[in-house]
Amino acid sequence: MAPNELSSYLIIGAILFALGLFSVLTRRNAISVLMGVELILNSANINYVAFSHFGSGNTDGQIYAIFVIMLAAAEAAVGLAIVLAIFQLFHTIDVEAAETLKD
Amino acid sequence: MDSPIQIDFIRWIVFLPLLGAIVNGLLGAKIQKSMGKGAIGLIACAPVVIAFGLSVWALFILIGLEPEKRFLIDNLYRWIDLGSLKVDMAFMIDPLSAVMILVVTGIGGLIHIYATGYMHDDNAFWRFFAYLNLFTAAMLTLVLGDSLLLLFVGWEGVGLCSYALIGFWYTDHANARAGNKAFIVNRVGDFGFVLGMFLLFWSLDAQGHASLTFREMVQWAPTIKDMMIWGMPVATVATLFLFVGATGKSAQIPLFVWLPDAMAGPTPVSALIHAATMVTAGVYMTARMNVFFSMAPDTLNVIAIIGVATALVAATIALTQYDIKKVLAYSTVSQLGYMFIGVGVGGYAAAIFHLMTHAFFKACLFLGSGSVIHAMHHEQDMRKMGGLKQWMPITFATFFISVLAIAGFPPFAGFFSKDEILWLAASNHHWVIWFLALCGAGMTAFYMFRQLFMTFYGECRADHHTKEHLHESPSVMTMPLIVLAAGAVLAGFIGLPAVLGGSQFAHWLEPVIQAHAEEHGSHAMEWGLMALSVGVASCGAFIAYLMYRRESLSPEIFANLAGGFFYRLFDRKWYVDEVYQAVFVNGSLLLADLLSAFDKYVVDGIVNGAASVTRFISWLNGLFDQYIIDGIVNAVADITFWAGNKFRRVQTGNINSYLYGILIAVALAIIVKLRYWS
Repeated sequence: MAPNELSSYLIIGAILFALGLFSVLTRRNAISVLMGVELILNSANINYVAFSHFGSGNTDGQIYAIFVIMLAAAEAAVGLAIVLAIFQLFHTIDVEAAETLKD
Repeated sequence: MDSPIQIDFIRWIVFLPLLGAIVNGLLGAKIQKSMGKGAIGLIACAPVVIAFGLSVWALFILIGLEPEKRFLIDNLYRWIDLGSLKVDMAFMIDPLSAVMILVVTGIGGLIHIYATGYMHDDNAFWRFFAYLNLFTAAMLTLVLGDSLLLLFVGWEGVGLCSYALIGFWYTDHANARAGNKAFIVNRVGDFGFVLGMFLLFWSLDAQGHASLTFREMVQWAPTIKDMMIWGMPVATVATLFLFVGATGKSAQIPLFVWLPDAMAGPTPVSALIHAATMVTAGVYMTARMNVFFSMAPDTLNVIAIIGVATALVAATIALTQYDIKKVLAYSTVSQLGYMFIGVGVGGYAAAIFHLMTHAFFKACLFLGSGSVIHAMHHEQDMRKMGGLKQWMPITFATFFISVLAIAGFPPFAGFFSKDEILWLAASNHHWVIWFLALCGAGMTAFYMFRQLFMTFYGECRADHHTKEHLHESPSVMTMPLIVLAAGAVLAGFIGLPAVLGGSQFAHWLEPVIQAHAEEHGSHAMEWGLMALSVGVASCGAFIAYLMYRRESLSPEIFANLAGGFFYRLFDRKWYVDEVYQAVFVNGSLLLADLLSAFDKYVVDGIVNGAASVTRFISWLNGLFDQYIIDGIVNAVADITFWAGNKFRRVQTGNINSYLYGILIAVALAIIVKLRYWS
């Protein structure tokens, strides 16, 4: 597998996505879940940049990647604020504890 | 047809009494209070007296004309104009009307004057005279009306006033009942009259001569001669219907029952209405329609038979009565029967002649009995009278003359008129009718003399208190008696029998009554029959003399004939009232009960049933609404609620499970996309 090929970037992106997804699905700590989401977003960024570099010949993908980074920052801010609110309400940041909607 | 002479004052003959009735009826109570009973009497009597004056004037105008032109008319306005039916509000005077208005206003006026004395102690004085004047106006409308319809207006008017006056002392229930009886019985007759009128109009209309005016009806009468209805000539059916009306008004079998009860009214009323005028309306009507009656020999036979039956039945009842007015009432019915015998044998003029003479002597008899009743403090039982001759000489004298007149002794009026009828019956070979009428005449003499002897002769059987107060009536009451008695003596001479020079009266009526009863018989026969009827009357009077004056012949002998059967039959008035009560009154009540039950159970049942069914349907509707419609709505809500409740479980709030869901959904979406839409 050559280092400077599209497929290697896609594989790295896929691994990163899988790791993020795994983190999101399995972690009970809210911050870990958020970190998983960051990984998924970044795997998507890698795909954007890779396709931009090897495929289209323009910089649309890279601009989308910057958008996604910005969106990830906003998401992190909102997510952490939610986590903080959950912590103040439940005195824990275990996502499975926040299930009062069920009743 | 010449255009008749228009005379404007005829209307006042009717309107003056009407005016008196209106003034007394509306203002009478006040006038009586402020001005006394004299003023009321004046208001009531003056119009009738003036009307009498006008009638005499009209009579002189008539006499001055050619016999065939003797027809005066006063046409006010067109009353009804409806298709072929055209009726004028018009009054007419021809020789027949002239006789009638002279009787009505003349004798009526005397009775008015008499009544001011008789009714003087009654507080409802004004009401009495208002009715009396209204009656006079209605009676004058009856005889002056120039069409059958206007005659009918008067016909109904006198019926109404008769009802009001019979029940004048209405606080006594029996009087009110008598008034009702008179009115209801008369209605039965009126129904016949109306049918007859309709039938005549219809048949004349069918011939293209629609009219209810007497002159035109008489003119076109021949056109309906051959018309048939129900297999009989129209003239026969129509005149039979008209005669039913006459039996009601003129108290003939089978509708005579109201007249004896009508004696419940004040005596002047009995004299005016139930002797002299109203009851003669039927005779007047048949005479007025004589052309039609003459076209129907069958009807004439029926009339003659009814007339003689009535004359006999009423006379037999009068034999046994003790009430002074009841005797006179049955005598009136009997004499009206004679008038119808006259009509039945075709002697209309004779019937009208008897009507006129009868008006004189019967009014005199009634007023005389009223004078007696007045003196006896309203005692009417002849068994408690007797010997009144010495206290009441004028009443006695006039009463005696009238008894002679009604019994048929010459030269008093009743002799001429009754004998004319008997002679016509005999000369037309109606021998059975003649014989029965002769028997009736004998009975008439008997019961009238019986009344005379019981009332005025012998010992006074009144109690001490009454006897002390016996007195002759005031002159306002005796003067009319004297005038009427003079009439009873003299009235007959205008209608002398053929052997004595012929009847002026019949000659006078010729323009109206074209139909003549033919006389077949010699002068010798006429003399013989005349002597025979006087003989029969004398026999009747002599038996009465023996029984009630000499008392050598006991009435018991006759009363006990055939085990008292006849006496009971006569005394109970042939059980006519009982039979009518059982058949008609109870029949009506039974019918009413049946209809009431029908109403209650069937009609009400249907109505209530419909209501119940509607209620039941509404109830079902309500149930449907409540359970089905509401059920569906609620079910939708419940299912939604239940489903929501179930699906709520899905929303755990567990982020992981959401993410698994998202993952699975995305994976499925990708698989489906790659597998089926690539």
